[in-house]
Amino acid sequence: MIATPFTPIASLLGGALIGLSAVLLMWATGRIAGVSGIASRLFPPYEDREFAGRLAFVAGLVTAPVLVRLATGSLPAQTIEAGTSVLIVGGLLTGFGSVWGSGCTSGHGVCGLSRLSMRSLVATITFMAAGMATVFVMRHWS
Amino acid sequence: MTILVQFAIGLIFGLGLIVSGMSNPAKVLNFLDVGGIPAGTWDASLAFVMAGAVAVTFIGFNRVLKLARPFFADRFYVPTRNDIDLRIVVGPAIFGVGWGLVGFCPGPALTALGFGSASAFIFVAAMCAGMVLARYIAHLPSSTRFVTPADPLET
Repeated sequence: MIATPFTPIASLLGGALIGLSAVLLMWATGRIAGVSGIASRLFPPYEDREFAGRLAFVAGLVTAPVLVRLATGSLPAQTIEAGTSVLIVGGLLTGFGSVWGSGCTSGHGVCGLSRLSMRSLVATITFMAAGMATVFVMRHWS
Repeated sequence: MTILVQFAIGLIFGLGLIVSGMSNPAKVLNFLDVGGIPAGTWDASLAFVMAGAVAVTFIGFNRVLKLARPFFADRFYVPTRNDIDLRIVVGPAIFGVGWGLVGFCPGPALTALGFGSASAFIFVAAMCAGMVLARYIAHLPSSTRFVTPADPLET
């Protein structure tokens, strides 16, 4: 593992930007800013006519680091330690589980908790606990 | 116009992920690593990201949802379900394992594509396959016997 510095101020500010984005999406489109819901609905079956808007939101997510690099000349550290097979298994589980549970960190964690939703609270506690248990097994059980 | 606005909103979300440090899976894994607390390697930053995001969203949603309707849509699509079914536990449990294996949840994984990392592309391709599979199974007519339908508005 690679040690990372504790960044309370930057993380609080970045979190506030994520919150601002969620509020703006609700104001503009009336919808929850849940990335798993937005990304998964880029694939069929299509149930509404919001495809272009969802694609634009995802394009914004992908463009953000490009813009940061253009503006500042560099990007913050990004360390992905997982090998190819772990990336594939982790990706499959993340995609399947977030859609099966109707949301991920943004839909349940940010928007759901802000709505005081009991379902989102259960979901958030569950994926936090499962994530912690997985890291514990991976790092401390070998 | 709506498209451009939604692009800008996604951009703000992505900037938030980068500024907060959540575009770095190592930081996320160091938060999830509660076993690292005694060793002093635990990184509490993610809790501050959630606190900042929930504080702004809680206040913002309260104000926005008092409006008659959204700016570009005819009504608000806010989830209404309150029941705790098996799916709301099993799904997040599966997602949490994937999250703990790599340190990516869907938002940061997509933003990581813009970093140009090959690992992020592999992860996102697998993630999309998992999403398509989950929607496919949930839409099978026979699946109504063993799963309750998801709340389409929740995410």
